[in-house]
Amino acid sequence: MTEDRHLAKASREKLKIVVAGHVDHGKSTVIGRLLYDTNSVNLGLVEKVKRISAETGHPFEFAFLLDAFEEERKQGITIDTTQLQFRAALRDYVIIDAPGHKEFLKNMISGASDAEAAFLVVDAEKGVEEQSRRHAHMLSLLGVRRLGLLVNKMDLVNYDQKVFLAITAALNEYLASLGLTATIALPLSALLGENVAQPSPHLAWYQGPTLLAALDSLEKVTEEESDLRLPIQDVYKFDDRRVLAGRIESGRARINDRIMISPGNKITTVVSLPAWLERDLKDEGRAGESVGLMVADEFYNRRGEVISLVDNPPLVSDRLKASIFWLGQKPLILKRRYKIKLATAEAEAAVIEIHHLIDSDSLAPIKAEGQVRLNEVAVVELSLSRPLAMDLFASRKATGRFVLQDGYDVVGGGVITWIEDRPPVRTGFSLGALKARCEIFEEYFYHVGEMAVNKIKPPRPHYGVGDPVPLVGRSYRYPESFDIVVFRDQVAIQIRNGQVANILPLAEFVYGQLPLVNGRGFGLKIQSNEDWLKARDDLATSNPENESSLAERWLDFNAYRHIPIGGDDFHI
Amino acid sequence: MNHLQSLEAYSLFILREAYAKLGRLGLLWSIGKDSTVLLWLAKKAFFGHCPFPFIHVDTSYKIPQMIVYRDKVAKELGLEMIVHQNVKALAAGMGPDKGRLICCQALKTEALSEMTAKHGFEGLIVGVRRDEEGSRSKERVFSERTKDDVWDYVHQPPELWGQFKTDFPKGHHIRVHPLLQWSEIDIWRYIDQERIPVIDLYFAKNGQRYRSLGCAPCTGLIDSQATTVPDIIRELENTKVSERAGRAQDQEDAYAMQKLRRDGYM
Repeated sequence: MTEDRHLAKASREKLKIVVAGHVDHGKSTVIGRLLYDTNSVNLGLVEKVKRISAETGHPFEFAFLLDAFEEERKQGITIDTTQLQFRAALRDYVIIDAPGHKEFLKNMISGASDAEAAFLVVDAEKGVEEQSRRHAHMLSLLGVRRLGLLVNKMDLVNYDQKVFLAITAALNEYLASLGLTATIALPLSALLGENVAQPSPHLAWYQGPTLLAALDSLEKVTEEESDLRLPIQDVYKFDDRRVLAGRIESGRARINDRIMISPGNKITTVVSLPAWLERDLKDEGRAGESVGLMVADEFYNRRGEVISLVDNPPLVSDRLKASIFWLGQKPLILKRRYKIKLATAEAEAAVIEIHHLIDSDSLAPIKAEGQVRLNEVAVVELSLSRPLAMDLFASRKATGRFVLQDGYDVVGGGVITWIEDRPPVRTGFSLGALKARCEIFEEYFYHVGEMAVNKIKPPRPHYGVGDPVPLVGRSYRYPESFDIVVFRDQVAIQIRNGQVANILPLAEFVYGQLPLVNGRGFGLKIQSNEDWLKARDDLATSNPENESSLAERWLDFNAYRHIPIGGDDFHI
Repeated sequence: MNHLQSLEAYSLFILREAYAKLGRLGLLWSIGKDSTVLLWLAKKAFFGHCPFPFIHVDTSYKIPQMIVYRDKVAKELGLEMIVHQNVKALAAGMGPDKGRLICCQALKTEALSEMTAKHGFEGLIVGVRRDEEGSRSKERVFSERTKDDVWDYVHQPPELWGQFKTDFPKGHHIRVHPLLQWSEIDIWRYIDQERIPVIDLYFAKNGQRYRSLGCAPCTGLIDSQATTVPDIIRELENTKVSERAGRAQDQEDAYAMQKLRRDGYM
C-alpha cells in the first residue's frame, strides 16, 4: 500500500446518523446487526456479548453490542446514547443509538443533536407509538431534516406489505405536519438480518435498497456556502500576537475580508489566520474549522461575540421567541430567569410569555398553565439581560439555537423562531425627519489587560431639541456651547448652555465662532469661516484612501477628549 | 473537510472551551499514543503554547522505557510536568499481586484523586475514546465527577450543540474528553499525517509490539510485524481483535471497566 492510498483513506467522508424510535422497537438491534453484518465489531466484544447473553439465558443479543452498561443489559433497555463507527464501501459512519424510553429523552437529544440524518425505527407489529412521534418531533426541532423510516420486525407480521404501507402512511402524514418528508422507507427484520446488509427473499415485494445501501445514498451537506458566522471562543495573547479564536459555524473567513463583530457591530479587517505549524497557515478558513483570526483594529473583544462579513451580519437583540423542549425535572416557570447559552455567549433570560405547549401526538397547540414540564415542547418568549448576536434557526443553525440552564444544569434547548429587530441603539439627535448618528458621548479608555484602546457606548441613546446633554464624561469634557457637524448624515447640532438648541441640515449651518466637533467628538482645527468652508469641502470627499490624511489635517482628538486607563471595571 | 480535519477541528474546539470555561486545568499524559496526539492538538489549539500542566499518574509499575521517554519529551518541549504517585499505597506494598482491580483502584484511581485534590484541578483533559470499550462509549465530552470522583453514569446531563457542562458545585471537577469521537485507526492516521513522534514500544521488535500501553505486569504484547506507522494502520485495517485485549484489568469481569470508571478511573 502506498502513502497516497493512506491519505486517500484518511480523507474518507464520515456521516453521523442517529437511530431513533419508541422503546423496544429494536433500535439497538438494528445498529448491532448493521455492525455485525459489516464486520465492524471486534471479536473480543462479540465473545463478551455471547458470554453475557448465555449467562442471562438469552440468544445472542445484538443490542448488547451497544448497551454496554450492566444496568442496560439486565433491563434490556438502552439508558444512554452511544456512538459507534463502521466502515461501508462508500464512506465511514458514526451511528448514534438514541434511547427510546421516555425517561431518557435527554439522552436521546444528546445523541441526536449533532446527527446529519436520522432513521426512525417502528415495530411492524406494534405500529406507531408515543415515542415514535415524540422522537420525530424532537428531530424536527433539532433541525435534522433528512429522515428515513425503518419498519422493523417484519417477520412478526408475516412480511405483510399492507402492514408496511399502513405504518409508513401514518408516519408520513405526521411528518408532513412537521414540515418533514421521509426520503426513504424500508421494511426489515434486524434480528434475522433481513434487508439490513442483505436483501431478503421474504420481502420480494420491496424493490428499494437495503439499509446499508440506503445509507450510502445519503449526501453530505456542508455549511460552507452560507454566510460567515464565527462565534468568538476566546481571545489569546500568549505572545505578541492577539488572536480571536473560534470555530467557523458557517461560511468562510478570508484574509482582507471586512468583518463585523457583534453585538457591538465593530468593523475591522482580517489580517491573518495564524497557526502553530507553517504548513497549517492559510488564507481562508471554512465552515467546521477551528481557527484564529488576527484583525487590523484592536477593539476590546471577548468570548460570546460573533464575527460575520459586514454585508450579512446577525441580528442583535434582547428579545426573542423560540420553540423549546424542556428536560428539567423541575418545570420551566413563567417569569423565572434562566441562564441562556447561545453559541459562545451567555446571558440571563427571563421567560416573559409561554404562548402555548405543543402536543407531540397531534402537534396541536395546548394552552399553557404558566409552566412547561419535563419532556414538553412549548413556544415561549424570552427577554435577555443584554443584547446578543443571533439568527433565526431556519436561516442559520448554530447562532439560531440555545440551551437554558437552571443552576448547574442544562434543563432545556430551544430554536429561535422570531427576533425583535430594533434599529441598533446609537446616540443620536433628531428633529422631525432630520436624524444624526453621533458618538460624541462614547467613552474611550486604555484597557490594561488587553493593552488596547477600547470604547464604551453610553446608555442614553437619544436627544431632541431642549434636552440637556452630558458635557463631562470620564474621557471627554465639552464646552458649555459648541456645534457638532455630522458629515455622514449631513446634519449639524447646536449645543447652547449644555442643551440642544437646534438641529439643522448641514447645508444651512453657518460657522458661528464656537468650538466645532465632528460626530465622534473630535475637535475640528478651525479658526475662521474660511477654514470651515475648506474643511467642509475637504471632508465631503473623505474615502478610505484619504481619510487618515484628512483626519490629520483637520481633526484634533485631544481637544475635548483624553484616554484614561481602565479595565473591565470601566463603565459609565 | 475530510474526516481527520473535522475530528481535529472538533478537538480544538473542545480544548478551547475547557480553557475558556474551567478553572485550573491539567492534561493527563499517559505517554501513550492518544495523549501524545492530545499534546499535539493542544499546541495547535493554542498556537504553539500549552497553557496548562501535564500530569502523569505514575504507578511505579509502568514499562521502564515509558518513563525515560516521558522525561525526554517533557524536557524537549519544556512541559510543566506534575508526576504523582500514591506513595502510601506503594509503601504498604500495593501491586498487581494484591488483585488487578484493587491495584488499579489504588495506584491509578486513588492516585489521580489525591493529585486532583492536591492541585485543586477543576478540569482534567483525558484522552479516552468511545471505541476503546463500552463504558467509554457512553461518555460525555465534559463529564462531571463529584467530590469523591464518582461518575454518575446513569444520570448524565444532556450535552447538545457544543454546549458543555461548565457549571458545577465547588469541589467537583470535569473530565474533558477531546478525543471521544476518534477511533484507534483515526489516531494512527493522524500520527501518520502529522508526523507525530510516538514512543517506539508501539513498533514491532522480534515479531511483537504493544498495541496499548500500561503497567508492565498487566500489559501484553501482540504478535505483529508492524515496524512503521503505515504498517500499523494496515494491521488495524485487517484486525478483529480489540485494542485493549492485552490489558489484563479489562478482562477481570464483564463490567470491570464500568466499575473502575464509576469510581474515578480514567
